[in-house]
Amino acid sequence: MTHKISFRDAVRTYPVKNGTFTALGGVTLDIEEREFVTVVGPSGCGKSTLLGMAAGLVEPSAGEVSVDGRPVTGPGPDRGVIFQQYALFPWLTVRRNVEFGLRLTSMPARERRARADHAIELVGLSDFADALPKTLSGGMKQRCAIARAYAVDPEVLLMDEPFGALDALTRVQLQDRLLDTWAKERRTVLFVTHDVEEAVYLAQRVVVMAARPGRVHTVIDVDLPYPRTEEIRLSADFAALRNQVWHSVYHQAPANADA
Amino acid sequence: MSSRERNEATMDLVTSRKDAAPPAGAPSDGAATAPPDPRVRRRGVPRLVLNLIAVAIGLGVWALLAARGVHDLPGPVAVGRRASQLLGDGTLEGDIAASLRRVLVGFLLGTALAVVVGFLMGWYPVARGLFEPYIQFFRTVPPLALIPLAVVLLGIGETPKIFVIFMAAFLSSVVATFQGVLDVDRTLIDAARVLGAKDRTVFLKVVIPASAPFILVGMRIGLGAAWSTLVAAELIAAQEGLGFRMQHAETYYDLDTIFVGLITIGVLGLVMDRLLLLAERRLTGWQERR
Ligand SMILES: Nc1ncnc2c1ncn2[C@@H]1O[C@H](COP(=O)(O)OP(=O)(O)OP(=O)(O)O)[C@@H](O)[C@H]1O
Ligand SMILES: [Mg+2]
Repeated sequence: MTHKISFRDAVRTYPVKNGTFTALGGVTLDIEEREFVTVVGPSGCGKSTLLGMAAGLVEPSAGEVSVDGRPVTGPGPDRGVIFQQYALFPWLTVRRNVEFGLRLTSMPARERRARADHAIELVGLSDFADALPKTLSGGMKQRCAIARAYAVDPEVLLMDEPFGALDALTRVQLQDRLLDTWAKERRTVLFVTHDVEEAVYLAQRVVVMAARPGRVHTVIDVDLPYPRTEEIRLSADFAALRNQVWHSVYHQAPANADA
Repeated sequence: MSSRERNEATMDLVTSRKDAAPPAGAPSDGAATAPPDPRVRRRGVPRLVLNLIAVAIGLGVWALLAARGVHDLPGPVAVGRRASQLLGDGTLEGDIAASLRRVLVGFLLGTALAVVVGFLMGWYPVARGLFEPYIQFFRTVPPLALIPLAVVLLGIGETPKIFVIFMAAFLSSVVATFQGVLDVDRTLIDAARVLGAKDRTVFLKVVIPASAPFILVGMRIGLGAAWSTLVAAELIAAQEGLGFRMQHAETYYDLDTIFVGLITIGVLGLVMDRLLLLAERRLTGWQERR
């Protein structure tokens, strides 16, 4: 069976003043269909770079990244991306933002409208469908961005610290909503975060990365049942896993010298 | 531009949205009992009143200076009389029409080309490399310095006048458009691409709307430049036009007519600028801050 997303010795370097900087120094990682995988690691360890490669926004300098067994050559509507800074089109209303991807297809207007409205309803923004992004709160903006990604019905969701800028309560609500939708529709999710608790709460597997050069440090399986509830969040098993992830993030062996 | 106007725009949006919660700070017990928002009162009405007072004071000072101070300076009344004379025999209308036509044609052609070139430069590094030296060079040459060249090459008809105005509008607005395209948020382009947009769509649906605020600023700069080049452009053997009329009046020491021309140019320029500002507000009201 082919993996949904597969990184094979994926390397990314950037030219700098004296030579090259290795942002990602050879990552090998497989993500299966319908899996929920989170990625944590210190700042600058290449999490966004990893996600960008799967999205087709960042080209690997060496190695290979493939989705469904085919090498990634560019972005496409089969892989939805949710950015930390929302990236809503500020001149479009919520509905027009959500319809953006659908308008690029030959879908009839009525169906487009129905799909958009469904996605908007899913994130609870129906009352704000005609509002401009500038009138929305941060959490509402991110929900709009999520609806925009859902609308084109991607098989893979790539999320780069999507809840990072939100307050704790909104974050927990959006986490639960995301898990609900994932349980129903079972997309493959690759989710980057700097929040260890969030990483454990959401994932079936947590990928812990290390920096300089960016690489996979450990992969930790999260054997907690879904649906994840407050009870699970407060359980001893959860605490143990969180400590384990915390340790591998913050007590990493010093990086092997110069990148 | 004022924060009051922005607030109002935001509030309109919120209240016209059905089922929406009232905007923060709005009274929940009905507007009738609510005290008026003091900020709106304090800033809004008095400003217009202040503007009018300033104009009245200006006219008063002018009249005073004319009456007893400055030698030969015509007062507002004399200038007003002259204006209605010029209006009566159709001279002023003809001059306004001739000048407006030159400015508008030059401005529209200039800013249209600036938008195209600005986009090409912002989007294609090759175009940037090719255009940049010329634009940088011509930007350092005042448009008026092109007049002798325009006369020699293009004769003394309408063409050289419009050409000079066109160059002024183009050169002053092309950089703004170019900068606008360069400044388009990279994540917005990525967001469109991951939704399936190809280069053409990214350009039409993201780059153009995202740089609209810069383009409109460029157009306002271009209009200012076009307008300020007018009088000099009409030095080129014109038969009519506001600039021509003033130069003509100068040789007869006709200060009344010079004042009529000056005020007309100022008022028309102000009106056009306000119209563009209005368009800018309507087209770029989506911006978070300005
Ligand atoms: N365009 C670029 N040019 C040069 N270096 C870059 C570029 N993009 C990223 N890098 C470098 O690559 C490294 C990895 O960047 P990346 O954005 O993937 O990190 P990250 O793990 O997402 O960090 P954070 O948690 O802060 O978002 C960083 O050290 C960064 O400086
Ligand atoms: Mg990042």
